[in-house]
Amino acid sequence: MKKSVFLGALTVAGLAAGAAAAGTLDDVKARGTLNCGVTTGLVGFAAPDANGEWQGFDVGVCRAVAAAVLGDPSAVEFVPTTGQTRFTALASGEIDLLARNTTWTFSRDVDLKFEFVGINYYDGQGFMVPRELGVSSAKDLDGATVCIQTGTTTELNLADFFRTNNISYEPVPIETNAEAQQQYLAGACDVYTTDASGLAATRATFENPADHAILPEIISKEPLGPLVRHGDNEWGDVARWTLNALIAAEELGVTSANVEELAAGTNNPEINRMLGTEGELGAMLGLDAEWAKRAIMAGGNYGELFETHIGENTPIGLARGLNAQWTEGGLIYAPPFR
Amino acid sequence: MSASTDVPKESFRLSQLIYDTRYRSLTIQVIALALLVGALWWLINNTVQNLETLGKDFDFGFLTQPAGYDINQRLIEYTSQSTHGRAAMVGILNTILVAILGCALATVLGVIAGVLRLSKNWLVNNLMAVYVEGFRNVPLLLWIILIFAVMTESMPQPRDFRGDEPEASMFVNDSVAVTNRGVYIPRIGFENSIGSAGATWRSENPAAIEAGEDGTPPPSSVWDWLIVIGVLGASIYGARWNTRRADAIQEATGERPTTWYINLGIIVVPTLLVMLALGATIAQPYLRGFNFTEGIHLRNSLIALWLALSLYTGAFIAEIVRAGILAVSKGQTEAANALGLRPGRTMSLVILPQALRVIIPPLISQYLNLTKNSSLAIAVGYMDVRSTLGGITINQTGRELEGMLLLGLFYLVLSLVISAVMNVYNNAVKLKER
Repeated sequence: MKKSVFLGALTVAGLAAGAAAAGTLDDVKARGTLNCGVTTGLVGFAAPDANGEWQGFDVGVCRAVAAAVLGDPSAVEFVPTTGQTRFTALASGEIDLLARNTTWTFSRDVDLKFEFVGINYYDGQGFMVPRELGVSSAKDLDGATVCIQTGTTTELNLADFFRTNNISYEPVPIETNAEAQQQYLAGACDVYTTDASGLAATRATFENPADHAILPEIISKEPLGPLVRHGDNEWGDVARWTLNALIAAEELGVTSANVEELAAGTNNPEINRMLGTEGELGAMLGLDAEWAKRAIMAGGNYGELFETHIGENTPIGLARGLNAQWTEGGLIYAPPFR
Repeated sequence: MSASTDVPKESFRLSQLIYDTRYRSLTIQVIALALLVGALWWLINNTVQNLETLGKDFDFGFLTQPAGYDINQRLIEYTSQSTHGRAAMVGILNTILVAILGCALATVLGVIAGVLRLSKNWLVNNLMAVYVEGFRNVPLLLWIILIFAVMTESMPQPRDFRGDEPEASMFVNDSVAVTNRGVYIPRIGFENSIGSAGATWRSENPAAIEAGEDGTPPPSSVWDWLIVIGVLGASIYGARWNTRRADAIQEATGERPTTWYINLGIIVVPTLLVMLALGATIAQPYLRGFNFTEGIHLRNSLIALWLALSLYTGAFIAEIVRAGILAVSKGQTEAANALGLRPGRTMSLVILPQALRVIIPPLISQYLNLTKNSSLAIAVGYMDVRSTLGGITINQTGRELEGMLLLGLFYLVLSLVISAVMNVYNNAVKLKER
């Protein structure tokens, strides 16, 4: 008798486990926190500050989604992932959203069964070397020892770059950015290669950033963006449009400072639709009317996030460049809220 | 009066399955089997269902796709254009390499430490105790990372060897360079190499010849080494003839002729001749560009993993050896002494052969432990099978299930092979009961 109860419980648990795969939005709402995958620590993009609070550009996306869905930007459980563990964490459901400067590629989108919800940083792979080596071009790196994070697209680009230029190198595989930094500073590798933004962020934490040069070659396109599991389109829509709301907010001049005021109603119908005073966009997503307002209030619009965490006034000092709004000559562009 | 011996025939009742000892064990086994099958079915069904939900299939085709990534330490030909299967093979060989190196060094360390721990010398005895307890009781991962960190942080960079007054210098007549990227040691090349690699090697790098930088490196191919090792193996086998002759003389006369110099000659002379015929020369590592070239590069990751695995497992083996020696009764030593055997011979002819019987079975598990612990390579970026097949390949192709199954299968097969080989050896040394 007891055994049949046990078997029955097992079956129910099995069915429940199977059913749980659908409806991430409901799961997140029921749980009350968003499980967001971030890096193990890359200053500017995602790293805990002195108080242990996660801060950064990617973290901002997590907080905006949490604010939109749960109404609380701090209702995020940050899960640090390495280049190797991130996809397994997302595929297995350990995290709901991965915002970990992950490059959008065909195979990740199609074969690995993920869905990129947009691009929040247009990047490219670069090389950092100590200035005292006197290297001015990546093509001078014949025979160099290169530190490279395993499980990344940069690993493949690196192999392609050296092969097409017919020069040799010695790869030193490492797991995390912190490890790479330690190896590079100890001189165990001559070169550190990763996304140029990551190099700038890493260099900003060095004792003497000026002693290290980022070489002019950018050897790849690295469109970085948040991603979710393939097949749960409702959840994908929530993440995609939260990111779009941040981007559109910058274009429309909605900031964390004036969003409260603008949410009372403006004579720009697109702002009204986005902030929920006109139309039913929130309900269509399965959220309330003020979702976008909360997302913007969480950390500011796209431009504010950029300036606070990685912009020119921060130690990382990245220029907007390709990541300026389309109206400013960049590639950042959100579809209309209509 | 005929007594009826007929026992009244009992009809089978269902409750007998539980209350009758004749059937109870059967009942329990059937239920346990049913539960086991149920659990397995649930696991498999769950996997299949989840794979379906994710829209993934189960396919090993990725093994024939180009891998796209580079591997620093490769014992076989490999480029980023090779397949994932080939990358897995490179990783497998690297795992086997560190396992063999580790088992060998761990055994040597373990036997020495185990014997010395029985020493009557207070200092030696206690030093060994510190070694054993220190390494046994601190997690292996910490030792791996510690050795790796010491190597990378405190050793000089290759460019420190440059200049008129370099900050660092090479050892052993400028032939060994210890850097924070690993240790470079000389290698043996063959000028008359029979491998096909020879022709291309010589035409390469004319700039280095002009600069007088040690000229062209002598090539070496797998075939050269196969020949050398083959001759060496045959010579060692041949040396057994000499030992058998000595045995026969000892049986007949009681005097054992000295054998070591004849054995040494039988083993060394043919090998040396073959190497001379192949034109063996020593190629020393030298600094060119960013790094040392030529010579053999023992990477930090290999050194850290190898030393840590050996020291850690060696501590366990030391205890096994000590236990094995203590298991041989003291009377054996006394009897051997009474026969006039010197202490060294007592150890090698009387004590160790008996102790081996006790030592071998637990030693097998230590070898298996060491082999499986080598998957901690990930901590220092050693490209073993866990890092290639189980790391980068899985990550780039998204084939977690297939990759992990293959990885598990590989470790299972490797462990079973080690066990089988060691069991053959165990059967050879165990007590012959007639």
